[in-house]
Amino acid sequence: MSRLRVLAAMSGGVDSAVAAARAAEAGHDVTGVHLALSRNPSSYRTGARGCCTLEDARDARRAADVIGIPFYVWDLADRFHTDVVQDFVDAYARGNTPNPCLRCNEKIKFTAVLDRAVALGFDAVCTGHHAQLQGSPGEAGRRLVRSVDAAKDQSYVLGVLTSEQLSRAMFPLGDTTKAEVRREAARRGLGVADKPDSHDVCFIADGDTQGFLRRQLGSAPGQLVELDGAVVGSHDGSYGFTIGQRKGLRIERPAADGRPRYVLSIEPVSRTVTVGPAEALDVGEIDATGPVWSGCPSPSAPIDCLVQLRAHGECYPATCWTAGEEVTIRLRNPARGVAAGQAAVFYDGDAVLGSATIARTRPAPDRC
Amino acid sequence: MSERAAADHSVAGGDGAAAYLDHAATTPMLPAAVAAMTAELAELGNASSLHNAGRRARRVVEESRELIAETYGAKPSEVVFTSGGTEADNLAVKGLFWARTAAEPGRRRVLATAIEHHAVLDSVRWLADHEDADADWLPVDGNGRLSVATLADAIERDPASVAMISVMWANNEVGTVQPIAELASLAAEYEIPFHSDAVQAAGQLPVSLAATGATALTITAHKIGGPVGAGALLLSKGAEPVPVLHGGGQERDVRSGTLDVPAIRAFAAAVEVTAGRRPDEAKRLAALRDDLIAQVLAAVPDAILNGSPPGPDRLPANAHFSFPGCEGDALLMLLDARGIACSTGSACTAGVAQPSHVLLAMGADEARARGSLRFSLGHSSEQADVDALGAVIGEVAERARRAAR
Repeated sequence: MSRLRVLAAMSGGVDSAVAAARAAEAGHDVTGVHLALSRNPSSYRTGARGCCTLEDARDARRAADVIGIPFYVWDLADRFHTDVVQDFVDAYARGNTPNPCLRCNEKIKFTAVLDRAVALGFDAVCTGHHAQLQGSPGEAGRRLVRSVDAAKDQSYVLGVLTSEQLSRAMFPLGDTTKAEVRREAARRGLGVADKPDSHDVCFIADGDTQGFLRRQLGSAPGQLVELDGAVVGSHDGSYGFTIGQRKGLRIERPAADGRPRYVLSIEPVSRTVTVGPAEALDVGEIDATGPVWSGCPSPSAPIDCLVQLRAHGECYPATCWTAGEEVTIRLRNPARGVAAGQAAVFYDGDAVLGSATIARTRPAPDRC
Repeated sequence: MSERAAADHSVAGGDGAAAYLDHAATTPMLPAAVAAMTAELAELGNASSLHNAGRRARRVVEESRELIAETYGAKPSEVVFTSGGTEADNLAVKGLFWARTAAEPGRRRVLATAIEHHAVLDSVRWLADHEDADADWLPVDGNGRLSVATLADAIERDPASVAMISVMWANNEVGTVQPIAELASLAAEYEIPFHSDAVQAAGQLPVSLAATGATALTITAHKIGGPVGAGALLLSKGAEPVPVLHGGGQERDVRSGTLDVPAIRAFAAAVEVTAGRRPDEAKRLAALRDDLIAQVLAAVPDAILNGSPPGPDRLPANAHFSFPGCEGDALLMLLDARGIACSTGSACTAGVAQPSHVLLAMGADEARARGSLRFSLGHSSEQADVDALGAVIGEVAERARRAAR
């Protein structure tokens, strides 16, 4: 492989540190960049001199020191706020369930950062995502493939990337399990070898998503209704619900059949949340919008493939029809708890074909 | 040349032809200072001890004090050693404010320019937030210069309410030199304590406590070829700031703490060398600086030189530009990758470059403030450093401009 100028996005975690180390060891000219994404007002001092993620920035800097590469911090807080945080809030306000990690990959790491890197003379952006990328940076037709570590695979949150974005990406960890990455970090003397994995939404520090949304969107009371329209309870905001949710519905009277109720649909304008029995969650057909086909040409005929409907969710055999900006997905077997706003990522085996955003769902036709 | 080697060594990540153009951040230690410091590190003695070893250490301190006093127009007793410029600024601003308000509780107003170094700026803000001070920020013109009339107006609004005044001798970012002697004598007419942060000026201009009549001046070793961690407040006789550090009562009871004898000896060694060659060196650096400005403007015709035009109102070793359409951090990174070290101004703790409060106070908009770079020269600077910058700045600015789109 030729020597490339590589910009390594370094979060301060173990994965991106090992990814950068591998890129440097492969002979590339690597520069580490930590993205300052948060503008947590509590840490602002006298205007704009403070910022947060201090500990992560320090961890990233120390990893760069150990690897022996230059290191900088890029301030992307404004872009992140607009493209990820605001998008997250807006999606909930529309009754959708967003995936902010996916949006961050799409808009921040592989748009804002990649564009700036390319303009500054870099050939590729390297991250610590657990996914494999066939072919070399700069080549066309590179395929995104699941990580060998199924439990850590992140191909789903990268499924939104276009082939142009993938052509300038570098994911050095796709052939390695997380356990091996940690061992390698320790062997390389990287202090972050034992740093815990991040799980929660990174911009909601206390992990309380409902509280965060309530502060952003305020109180918007509405009703909980059964499929037949019978009112069975009330709520403070329809954004507090996700399709398939069972707990915390505060239903005031038991259903006639005595069986548990699940959120079936969220109507943000009338603030009506419809609940019903588990089988009413079964989805047979999905309309999705804004398809991106990175692993194949935009299909002109129906294709049979696998589709994943949420992060770390299972894969369903399906047939997909593409018509312009719309994709109709017919699942061979019904799926439960499919939420608008999530991505449908299409796979051929372990290879990503493309993705689209779930807009509407329909029950399985009776023939099932 | 060993000084040159020291400069090369300090460029992180640089390979080969490194040009260190960030002497205003810190400048290589002079060989005489390194020799003095290493010799003293091997010696024993607390300068406050009464035995032979203590007397030996004390003698080193006092000889250093005399040399520094002589150079900067002060009596030996007017040199208060500190850990550096930040501590000296804190002592001057807080200490003089507290002393004056203790004597006259009605004096709560602190006058300072909006372009002070953060050591002064944030000390004044702290007094306003915690000690009931009234921060009165003095405006500067588009070149970053404070007029005597502006200070006079500010005092005249209510002379009896002013506790102290702090105006930097020369600005650390854009290099603008203030009319310190006139400002200090105006303050003296009203009997208002006047402090000036002379950290940037001390190696390049004839800085003198006596000649200006200021109450206090801040200087620091590492900007003039001495070590980091040593500085002084030149404090005129009779001025009694309330201490910030309490303890053993060293340094006129104003600054407690065991004296750092090796650093003080090296500080004096650097002052001696720097003062001896200052007039010639200032001319040499001004000529280099003028060439740097010419080369940058030739390569990037729309670049804007910030601060006063070259001449008596600008530090000889400073050049500061805004590059329209560019982000300062992109310029810095591209230059760093080409072995050229410069500065964008201040960064937060995490490392994010911040828009300069100095440029904003000079009337620049945020984009111009963000798209700026400081190049500063020093004793190890040579024509080759300037040429190295001139050779790449055009391409670098063009690339940074594309990245900002």
